[in-house]
Amino acid sequence: MSYATRRRIISRVAEALCALAVLLALLPLGMILFYVIKEGGSALNLAFFTQMPKPVGEPGGGMANAIVGTLILIGLAALFAVPIGCMCGIHLSEYPATRFSYTVRFAADVLNGVPSIVVGIFAYGLVVLPVKRFSAIAGGVALGILMLPIVVRTTEELLRLVPPGLREGALALGATRSRSVFSVILPAALPGILTGILVALARVAGETAPLLFTAFNNRYWSTNIAQPIASLTVQVFTYAISPYDDWHRQAWAGAFLLVMIILALSISARVAVRRLERMNRV
Amino acid sequence: MTTALSTTPGGLTTGRSTMTTTPTTARLGKITVRHFDFYYGEAKVLHGIDLDIPERQVTALIGPSGCGKSTFVRSINRMNDIIPEARGEGVIEIDGKNIYAGGTDVVELRRRVGMVFQKSNPFPKSIYDNVAYGLKIGGTRNKRALNDAVEKSLQRAALWEEVKDRLQESALALSGGQQQRLCIARALAVDPEILLMDEPASALDPIATTKIEELIWELKENYTIVIVTHNMQQAARVSDLTAFFMLGKVIEFGDTKKIFMNPREKMTEDYVTGRFG
Repeated sequence: MSYATRRRIISRVAEALCALAVLLALLPLGMILFYVIKEGGSALNLAFFTQMPKPVGEPGGGMANAIVGTLILIGLAALFAVPIGCMCGIHLSEYPATRFSYTVRFAADVLNGVPSIVVGIFAYGLVVLPVKRFSAIAGGVALGILMLPIVVRTTEELLRLVPPGLREGALALGATRSRSVFSVILPAALPGILTGILVALARVAGETAPLLFTAFNNRYWSTNIAQPIASLTVQVFTYAISPYDDWHRQAWAGAFLLVMIILALSISARVAVRRLERMNRV
Repeated sequence: MTTALSTTPGGLTTGRSTMTTTPTTARLGKITVRHFDFYYGEAKVLHGIDLDIPERQVTALIGPSGCGKSTFVRSINRMNDIIPEARGEGVIEIDGKNIYAGGTDVVELRRRVGMVFQKSNPFPKSIYDNVAYGLKIGGTRNKRALNDAVEKSLQRAALWEEVKDRLQESALALSGGQQQRLCIARALAVDPEILLMDEPASALDPIATTKIEELIWELKENYTIVIVTHNMQQAARVSDLTAFFMLGKVIEFGDTKKIFMNPREKMTEDYVTGRFG
């Protein structure tokens, strides 16, 4: 076999292997989506959005409280994580080479790798134990801690991508350093930072474990953030391990809705970016 | 090589020989530079610069790449302060006040000494907000004052006619030449006394370059302009005085006409006639 032929064959084989790997990687995603849509789509109806859970045996009912609960929880998470995370990211991008910054960056990466259940236990000790009550706040804190490292690192990286010429332009006009950051550099990086925040939200919206002993669950309608609150994930978990067929169907519907929420967050991240960039750039 | 533009009004001849005999306290110009050295960490990039830059004239800084002309021009508004490990030593006086003296308010200094960069750097904001930026951060809130300043600055930068109907559009939609004139307008809006230009036309096409050059010629009525340029024809066209930099030193400084027609130093002659650099 000539060298050229052999080379061509090796190249073909490598290409085929790559294609196969891509298919294998996409297969689980496709299967999950297919199964969730098949099982959950049929159980999803208007009542699911508008009604409260029914007692066992009574057919119908919905997860209105859990849907609202999840929205409140991720709202609280964003409320805690976004200001702290963004300020932290600004510090890291402004003072990238200090010992403190290296430490913070390392800490953020470690935090990113901490299992979510551990974060849940931490929030339990921090918020639940002192007041001796599960609460939406505790759940929001747990999810916020999970969001934090993502927000910090995205903010830092996107700020550092802003051309240095913009900073010089602002300084040359008599802006102070902080002024240049908040009035020019941060707005320039905003589309990307917003994406990072939405992606982080999508990630924590699907968390169950940290909510089990923070937000707990609530069978009733509640928007009081000092009280336990229902969430889609915990509700799906509770229903899925129950022995009732009707609850199983509801669990599938909940899972389907969760996937849709996460999809919606990802899509709105992209749309927001495109909008802002159009405003910013042309 | 010289053109009709390069005549020096007022017969000002600030030759180097005059300068060296001047006592350091005397003020010959708007900007007086004495024994100015500049370091990036250990590396010394400017060696004992002495210059007297006169008011309401255009002073061009020419020289081969890496000769320190950009570093020098960025020293006049202390833009180099943001570079870690960079430091200047010596004296740069503006109106007799040393800007490197302790307690100098850099923010205040930069409002008096505007700057236009090589690469146009409009903010990702509207045209209006770009021009109004300097005033807004300076505390001007009055809508009418802002409107007037924006219009006046854009007119001075010869951009008003092109953008007056789309002030709220993104500045990034403008062409390269328009963006650079916008940056000039933005610098003019805060009403500086001195305008530093670091190769303002090097990224522009010939037509846009001509516009910027005409603009510089008009602006010197009101502003003291220091322009760094790689383009010697440009220096000859727009400047009254020219300083030739080489390896971090000022080799020759004087009337532009003289620098280009009859330089004192052999090195200057070699450079301006294109024998090196």
